[in-house]
Amino acid sequence: MDIKRFERLDQNTWEIPAQGKMRVSAIIYADRDLLEAMDDKVYQQASNVAMLPGIVGHSYAMPDAHWGYGFPIGGVAAFDADEGGVVSAGGVGFDISCGVRCLLTGLVREDIAPRAEELADELFARVPAGIGSTGRIHLDRAGMDAMLTGGARWALDQGYGKPGDLERIEERGCMPGADPAQVSERARQRQRDEMGTLGSGNHYLEVQYVDAVHAADIAARFGLREGDVVVSIHCGSRGLGHQIGTEYLRLMATSASRHGILLPDRELACAPLRSDVGQSYLGAMRAAINCALANRQIITHLTRQAFDAVFPGCSLELLYDVSHNTCKPETHVAGGRKRELYVHRKGATRAFGPRHPDLPPALRESGQPVLIGGSMGTCSYVLAGTDASEQRAFGSACHGAGRAMSRRQARRQWQGRRIVDQLGSEGIRIRSPSLRGVAEEAPLAYKDVTAVVDAAEHAGLARKIARLRPLVCIKG
Amino acid sequence: MSEIQWEHLEHGADIGVRGYGADPAAAFARAALAMSAVVTDPDLIESRETVEVECEAEDYDLLLLDWLNEIVYQMATRNMLFGCYEVSIDDHRLEARLHGEAVDAGRHQPAVEIKGATMTELAVYRAGDGRWVAQCIIDV
Repeated sequence: MDIKRFERLDQNTWEIPAQGKMRVSAIIYADRDLLEAMDDKVYQQASNVAMLPGIVGHSYAMPDAHWGYGFPIGGVAAFDADEGGVVSAGGVGFDISCGVRCLLTGLVREDIAPRAEELADELFARVPAGIGSTGRIHLDRAGMDAMLTGGARWALDQGYGKPGDLERIEERGCMPGADPAQVSERARQRQRDEMGTLGSGNHYLEVQYVDAVHAADIAARFGLREGDVVVSIHCGSRGLGHQIGTEYLRLMATSASRHGILLPDRELACAPLRSDVGQSYLGAMRAAINCALANRQIITHLTRQAFDAVFPGCSLELLYDVSHNTCKPETHVAGGRKRELYVHRKGATRAFGPRHPDLPPALRESGQPVLIGGSMGTCSYVLAGTDASEQRAFGSACHGAGRAMSRRQARRQWQGRRIVDQLGSEGIRIRSPSLRGVAEEAPLAYKDVTAVVDAAEHAGLARKIARLRPLVCIKG
Repeated sequence: MSEIQWEHLEHGADIGVRGYGADPAAAFARAALAMSAVVTDPDLIESRETVEVECEAEDYDLLLLDWLNEIVYQMATRNMLFGCYEVSIDDHRLEARLHGEAVDAGRHQPAVEIKGATMTELAVYRAGDGRWVAQCIIDV
């Protein structure tokens, strides 16, 4: 991207001034190298988002931004219903409430080493991964309605998890306002066999160890010390969320003109928050958020069973669960007053700072854990929201590395078997039903997550707390 | 020399599909084949079962979107892969027969599941050489 097209507000803040139909300016947080490497489409898409009715503040893009659907991936935008604000299916994405959760194991790296193969096999046998894999839970209509309304809280009631888990999940594990009546028959059908499944693509379950601590005080509050072993789970709302995204993207694209909205790009499909379509989507999308939370909760349960089989008596505690494809009502100060805004985060993570009322007591002084997934074989990060996060982008930060090359290029460059062997020689056990999938997810097919995380820290979006490296990776 | 029938488009995080044909129906069938090829090598998919589908839309663009999303739905709910598509289009109404088989992870090595077809780069048009082109980016 040509950086001369931006006004540089500070070292890591780049502005596209409001021009043409833009109602506000767009701001990209990145260092110079990341911005130069960023797709031109991010410029266009961040500008397009700034044209939507009722947008408040700025249209933001995070350091890992890349070409998305309507919104850039890594896009953040807040809308005020009182000012004709909209909700956008493209601004949430197909994988509604895709996210990451991190579990503390109480084990250290040395405990895992002699049992790593066995642990990898146990996890791979218990957690369904990849195309064609099915979960063991099949819900009837009433059961699915209860799941869509209750989220992780429903899962807990079914015996999947521990009471302490809930306060370590956004919205305490249950997104209010879900309306199962807005979830189509097709979306339900797609979810029929998929409860408690990991999915495929960039989704994974990893056993990792803390190999660097960047902020000892907060790391200690999070329960992270060098050498500690954790489990990170990255997945979303499975077929149900994908189908809801598909249906509402089309509906919003074709109904926008009826609401007097001129879409600069069809994929920016949206509807006024105060419209039938907008309300119906909010009800369905929130149900999909609950589906994702229930899904990660069930996978957590399966992970605990696998650990218990290898390390009897071992107790896995939830550090936190974040979603990075959402639209949620939140209270923010904008234009000098407190307002209820609908904050879209498409490939962006919430990053609430210390003393935010939504944080559980144990995390209130540290700020919210922000979980950033890297690629298989490289590293992941735990960050924390800061006091500055709120002012920068409505309390938001980056979400991951982003691809550096296409799946096809990756497949041409690497062979799955060789990657499994090479990572194995580095002490990283890979388990996957598809070697082609492994090749397409090769570590070097992704950008350097460290550069993204450093830029997020320098831009004041979040603070680096600890770096995690993989020991076992279950890939879909 | 035979002409190219389908291809993949580069997209940062995802992938695009493009089918070529003498008429819209042929281009739609080959765009579908390109989508199957995102998941696995279409030559590995045997035609053991047939699924019949139909869709209707306001224009060719939306018809392509609905068609590809119909296949995504059939793949997901039937746990199948399709390697051969017979398509007919009358006005903006499509009828098709999808031939394929149940997913066999060992044999098919399915790389990635498709979440949905998107409106990004969505286009159905007649190219300069007279052939029809049907394309869009799909989210994986």
